[in-house]
Amino acid sequence: MSIAPSRSDPMVPRRFRIVEKIHETADTYTFTLVPVDGETACRFAPGQFNMLYLFGYGEVPISISGDPAAPERLVHTVRAMGSVTHAFATLEAGDMVGVRGPFGSAWPLAAAEGGDVLIVAGGLGLAPLRSAIYRLLAERDRYRRIAILHGARSPETILFAEELRQWRRNLDIACEVTVDYAGTDWHGRVGVITQLVALAGFDPQRVTTFVCGPEIMMRFSVEALKKQGVADERIHVSMERSMKCALGHCGHCQFGPAFLCKDGPVLSYDRIRNLVGIAEL
Amino acid sequence: METHKLEDVIAAAPFFRGLDPAFCATIAGCGKHVRFEKGQTVYRQGDPADTFYVVQHGHVALELPGAGRPLVHQTLHDNDILNAAWVVPPYRCHSNARAVDTTVAIAFDAACLRGKCDADHDLGYELMKRFVPIVVERLNRARLQALDVYGPGSAG
Ligand SMILES: Cc1cc2nc3c(=O)[nH]c(=O)nc-3n(C[C@H](O)[C@H](O)[C@H](O)COP(=O)(O)OP(=O)(O)OC[C@H]3O[C@@H](n4cnc5c(N)ncnc54)[C@H](O)[C@@H]3O)c2cc1C
Ligand code: FES
Repeated sequence: MSIAPSRSDPMVPRRFRIVEKIHETADTYTFTLVPVDGETACRFAPGQFNMLYLFGYGEVPISISGDPAAPERLVHTVRAMGSVTHAFATLEAGDMVGVRGPFGSAWPLAAAEGGDVLIVAGGLGLAPLRSAIYRLLAERDRYRRIAILHGARSPETILFAEELRQWRRNLDIACEVTVDYAGTDWHGRVGVITQLVALAGFDPQRVTTFVCGPEIMMRFSVEALKKQGVADERIHVSMERSMKCALGHCGHCQFGPAFLCKDGPVLSYDRIRNLVGIAEL
Repeated sequence: METHKLEDVIAAAPFFRGLDPAFCATIAGCGKHVRFEKGQTVYRQGDPADTFYVVQHGHVALELPGAGRPLVHQTLHDNDILNAAWVVPPYRCHSNARAVDTTVAIAFDAACLRGKCDADHDLGYELMKRFVPIVVERLNRARLQALDVYGPGSAG
């Protein structure tokens, strides 16, 4: 009987080789991976994640930050947080990782067509939203106003800084960046991301908003959106909880009645408004 | 003539939206147009808060001078209010304010306006209704900044 891993077994990781590593900020890296089996890397929908397996260390859920139109390579942006992600940060081009996925729900881009789209990305939250932004830009004529808001801790921690510069120069979209504090040599905005919401110039009745970042930042952002008259069902957030199977079996990622690996990570706010802020969840 | 023009500008400013035209005329008497060149200091921490500004166009950084290099904790832009400290005793500026780009604003003589608010509480109430939300909003923002949500230990 063969014990060779089967491609159809979702618990068995595929082997990928790192072909590029970009040092984004002091603790964050973007890796481009290609499968060693020579097949398509990964067809995914923006907002989905993979389980990345670092041999000898463990497995972590990481969002896909690359272009959905380029499925021949897989792009992930990883912040060194704990044991697995710190070890991940030491990997270099040529190293191997295991990948399972893609898993989870996606940003509802098709449902947003014909209306405004507002992206609110705090810190590393820009990573899973970058895939959505690539898709929005590729299909620009399907949407009305597109606005991207990004908040970071300080100028040095701004993720994808060069791309943000390009988006700011793109007259077809609005893009604003703010940092929580800065030195006097910074010429951009300083202040929390929520204050950009009122300036983004969208139609609250026709906007679909995608919010991703630390949970407190998302909570404040949702409040700011509601203050502008955006209904809960027009607000979509990406929630994070610890994950193991990513298949809806183990319950590690339970968030109230939802399993975030399967029902999430992207959820519309009307589904979770009663759960947000409950410390036990 | 200048006062009349300023009245119109005040009436059109989002901060004064809905304010009775008679009140706009009253406060215009305490206001004037000002301009700050790039790099110019508007006020320093500890200065008497004898002026507040409605930024019409520009970019001002609020800086906290410290032991090391000063830290910018907030920037203000078009239609923002600069120096809300004019309403709170002991009327002292809380930060340094510096024009990052050329900035044009309406400057209001705070002592003049406080006098008019004391004399006419309806005007005072209208102005407080506009300033208190700004103070509360800035307190909330400062709270969010203090939480350092993107800092070490945050996955975002
Ligand atoms: C759906 C999903 C998508 C994700 N996308 C990305 C991504 O694109 N890039 C990325 O860098 N990370 C992402 N994460 C977070 C990432 O999975 C965790 O940082 C990682 O699992 C931590 O594992 P570790 O072994 O490095 O840290 P551990 O040793 O397990 O933990 C180290 C410290 O980090 C804390 N921690 C661990 N996970 C989280 C979390 N999710 N939120 C807050 N604190 C946490 C722990 O409490 C502990 O204090 C995502 C998580 C989920 C659920
Ligand atoms: S991670 Fe196992 S159920 Fe979601």
